Amino acid sequence: MDELEQIKTIFFQECDELLADLETGLLALQQGEGDTETINAVFRAVHSVKGGAGAFGLDPLVRFAHIFETLLDALRAGRLSPEPDLIALMLWASDALADHVQAARSGGAADEVTSEALAQELAAATHGDAPKPHIAAPAEPAAEGGQMLNEDGIDFTPAMFSMDTFAAPAAAGWTIEFRPRAGLYAKGNEPGLILRELARLGDLEARINLDALPALDAMEPEQAYLSWSLKLTGAVDEAAIREAFEFVEDECDLAIAPEAADDFDLAALLQGVAAPPDEPSAAGPPPEAAPAALRAAQDGARGGDAAPAAQPVIRVDPERIDRLIDLVGELVINQAMLAQTVSEFALAPSSKLAMGLDELEQLTREIQDGVMAIRAQPVKSVFQRMPRLVREIASMTGKEVRLVTEGESTEVDKTVIERISEGTPQGRVNSASGTVGRRVAGGRTTLFHGGHARHHRTVARRRTAADDQ
Amino acid sequence: MSQRILTVDDSRTMREMLRLALLDAGYEVTQAVDGEHGLEVLNEARPDVIITDINMPRLDGFGFIEAVRLQSGHRSTPILVLTTESDAEKKQRARAAGATGWIVKPFHPEKLVEAIRRVAA
Repeated sequence: MDELEQIKTIFFQECDELLADLETGLLALQQGEGDTETINAVFRAVHSVKGGAGAFGLDPLVRFAHIFETLLDALRAGRLSPEPDLIALMLWASDALADHVQAARSGGAADEVTSEALAQELAAATHGDAPKPHIAAPAEPAAEGGQMLNEDGIDFTPAMFSMDTFAAPAAAGWTIEFRPRAGLYAKGNEPGLILRELARLGDLEARINLDALPALDAMEPEQAYLSWSLKLTGAVDEAAIREAFEFVEDECDLAIAPEAADDFDLAALLQGVAAPPDEPSAAGPPPEAAPAALRAAQDGARGGDAAPAAQPVIRVDPERIDRLIDLVGELVINQAMLAQTVSEFALAPSSKLAMGLDELEQLTREIQDGVMAIRAQPVKSVFQRMPRLVREIASMTGKEVRLVTEGESTEVDKTVIERISEGTPQGRVNSASGTVGRRVAGGRTTLFHGGHARHHRTVARRRTAADDQ
Repeated sequence: MSQRILTVDDSRTMREMLRLALLDAGYEVTQAVDGEHGLEVLNEARPDVIITDINMPRLDGFGFIEAVRLQSGHRSTPILVLTTESDAEKKQRARAAGATGWIVKPFHPEKLVEAIRRVAA
């Protein structure tokens, strides 16, 4: 249970990263910089949020993510194109998704009214209705139900025969005719394991049928020749039997019938069920197209500026790093004191002791730099909430605003970032809205420098709110 | 000797969920973060069963399965795909690529183990 809570923590951390990826991708699309991989990445972000949320039963989050994902799927499949209005809608949806994540994290609920209106807009947009600016009046509530509820597209082939004719549930046993085709083996399925599953359900009597087995010299090693006649005794649900065959339904001939139904002709039934014989080619090596497709996929993955490959990352308790940094601080002081003391002896700079001390100083600095780098993070996180703030202010003022940040990959110490983040959002809101206000009044591009540059000299940054009109 | 499972998923949450459930059930677990990474570790991991996600960067689940099936040593290694819904079309595509079976997310640990049992000796 404890471990599950830990994974939940990981999930919310991952959500933050995914939401940041989502926004970054959407903003890239907005600026016309996106490509297919950007759309794929945006889709994956929402998809992963939904997947994790499902694992923890966070239903409102799952529902909203699902509707958003459906829209992105249409975009990914090329059924929709990333028009500015649609991108604006998706940015709103990403904000709403962030609200849902936040609500799930704190155990509360997101603003259902807003969320529902947005969900309906997303569903409408998925079906090609032009999105309206921002939160509009509720669109027709169609689609959503259909989209949400068709999750059980059970795909077993009902062509065999109708079970309605028999008293299905309370059978004393079942007879099963099972004839695997070559494709079943080619995909790594194993009839023996399926029989083992059946044997767990009840008393299984299995008879193998070797009639189709040719002489050794005529045998195709990858062809399927064996079939089984099975008798399963006990009060077994047909659904349970079907489940044992779930993975292989399309790769075998299968007939399941209640035992001891004297008044129907099993043989005739099976004759109707028997499928055309296997084509030998199905058993051969995978078709030529497969390697080509794979190569294309790999080439596609290599091309373009795909997101950096996931590098192995180690997670370390921050306390350990803090301790390491404290120790290095002490080492630096100690080294300086030692150098000071030795200098009082007025040794020649070429003496072994002086040279050794020089080297020590050098090493100490390198260690210090290396250790400090462990805790360095891009200042980007400080600005993470800016795009959303700007969007909301833009909406409030009815202006179109484009936010440009530069230098956000500059790395500074984590503690500096934490301090910049503390208490600054309000200041940033004010300056942003002030700028927007001036823009509304003056109608010209205004540059302003963030006040945070004072905190760290290496943070060279300019934020521009540029009016597109 | 316990069976070795290779899990391929780009979501850290999902990787950890799988790891927890599989370790509890007594399996050995190797993790990969996408299809390309899965192929890189495949031979060292020597999995008895592979569990893979579909939507992943670099190389997705379909491409990964096809590539695994092209390797002579893994033509019959059982591969289970993780799908979010019981999406018939996605299952078909996964089967066509060479998948052995599927696990519907969100999964219960028992369902996961059951699916593995159905494809691995």
